[in-house]
Amino acid sequence: MINEKINTRSSSSPSDNRRLRPKVKGGAFDVVQIRKDFPILSRKVNGKPLIYFDSGATAQKPKQVIDAITKYYSEQNANIHRGVHRLSQDITTLYENARVTVQKQIGAKHAHEIIFTSGTTESINLVATTFGKLPSPGGEGLGVRSGDEIIVSEMEHHSNILPWQQLCEEKNAVLKVIPINKKGELVLDEFKKLLSEKTKLVALTHVSNTLGTINPIKEVIQTVRAHSPLLGGGDRRGVPVLVDGAQAIPHMRVDMQDLDADFYCFSGHKVYGPTGVGILYGKEEWLRKLPNYQVGGGTIKTVSFSKTEYADIPLRFEAGTPHIEGGIGLAAALDYVNNIGLENIATYEHELLQYATEKLSAIIGLKIIGTAKEKASVISFVLDGIHSYDVGVILDQLGIAVRTGHHCTQPIIEYFKCTGTIRASLSFYNTKEEIDELVKGILKAKEMLK
Amino acid sequence: MTNMNMTIKETEQEIIDEFSLFDNWMGKYEHIIEMGKSLPMIEEKFKTEDRLIKGCQSKVWMHSELKEGKIYFKADSDAIITKGLVAMVIRVLNEHAPDEVLDAKMDFVEKIGLKEHLSPTRANGLVNMIKQMKLDALAYKAKV
Repeated sequence: MINEKINTRSSSSPSDNRRLRPKVKGGAFDVVQIRKDFPILSRKVNGKPLIYFDSGATAQKPKQVIDAITKYYSEQNANIHRGVHRLSQDITTLYENARVTVQKQIGAKHAHEIIFTSGTTESINLVATTFGKLPSPGGEGLGVRSGDEIIVSEMEHHSNILPWQQLCEEKNAVLKVIPINKKGELVLDEFKKLLSEKTKLVALTHVSNTLGTINPIKEVIQTVRAHSPLLGGGDRRGVPVLVDGAQAIPHMRVDMQDLDADFYCFSGHKVYGPTGVGILYGKEEWLRKLPNYQVGGGTIKTVSFSKTEYADIPLRFEAGTPHIEGGIGLAAALDYVNNIGLENIATYEHELLQYATEKLSAIIGLKIIGTAKEKASVISFVLDGIHSYDVGVILDQLGIAVRTGHHCTQPIIEYFKCTGTIRASLSFYNTKEEIDELVKGILKAKEMLK
Repeated sequence: MTNMNMTIKETEQEIIDEFSLFDNWMGKYEHIIEMGKSLPMIEEKFKTEDRLIKGCQSKVWMHSELKEGKIYFKADSDAIITKGLVAMVIRVLNEHAPDEVLDAKMDFVEKIGLKEHLSPTRANGLVNMIKQMKLDALAYKAKV
């Protein structure tokens, strides 16, 4: 079925390899060269050069990704896992190679631990729905019963709250919330107090999309493991931890063996790949325990009206024709960031973050929301007496794309008692000059809106 | 800025003429912000949940009354640009009969180059406010 030994680069033609040229010259990060890979960055908005500070919502796409998608439709299109014809076989190989690329990217043990979904939201929903179907015979087992608890945090994206909230409502279970502090960090002492024998699952974001906080996921998982023998009623197999990695994957190397997460979810479009494709990583032992999610074509071995035999993981969770060009485009995106080097990306983005923090902090009446010690390149801020929406409108007139509002994290906005924040999420294709323009834009907005 | 003797079309044309004086976006937005300051403010007691028109980002409160066959609108917003846009819409529709409000096309917004503010993705509550003004007009029409 899935050959893990297939060479992940077999999809690259010689011309692709030429385009995957090194971008790091003599240790310096060559942002000018990198920007040339992103066609959209040369366009104008409202007559001004586009300054794109909304990569946290969705990242722009390098031509390597756009080319991979165009090539798929112009030369390779066929359905996968079905045909005996050449096109179908070739595209099946490419698609399964993409799975292996993802496996290697996150250090999963097996390619069949990688499930293609439509995005982080679907990945979380898949786990919440199927985990909710697990039985709890006689009050034992992994299933969620009345009075059981699921733990999330106050800094979660709505997509990592609502599936669990809904599950709790269905099961009459309780959603427990790890609080955050004024810096926008998890209060870990409170988290430890929340763990009990009623805890059935912990769902937590790796990096906050609003605050930029990088959570100590490894430590959190170790804490859960340390409590595990006492947890889960009669079941000693532990409490699974699901990590929302949507905002982490574009910024840092993550390794499933090191983190020891049971589930890890992310989206293709935030890591410079296509929209509509995402990943659910699940440890093999957990994926095998979970019952079916959506069923249909592709998920079966044999079907009859009396008895259907389902396929093994991962195909059991991938009903219908998948987002083929999404998977291929995602692999091209991962190849692209690896070629620059995630370490180089992290170093450069950290430099941008420090520069932006320093420049923005100097603006009178500006307050940065989210000042955690460990941060990814996301800066949220508010301006004294000025609505974030108004600032967003003025910046847009200047060709600067930021996000304003609650960023699908209303509990955070409530905690910091504001009507919303202005968020600049920085990527490796941004520059210090663009940050200077943002500062000028904010000063202009302040002047107009006072 | 009341429109005692002007038709909706005439007020729209007046606004189009005003905006034609600005040759850059800053002038336009400063004018919008100024209009916001002249908005007939809704009294605090009317800033209630049932008068709140929810946009994703900025909030608009709107209240209307029917007096002698004409509708009087008052509103407020927590965002100043939204407030200006709201003021502009009220300036056009205020003190008109329900039928006139219902028939108003509001296409002047496009003519002054602010069409994007009527896009649903702007999430500023303006589209929903115009919808609510028309719903109020419909309700008053049934009464008169």
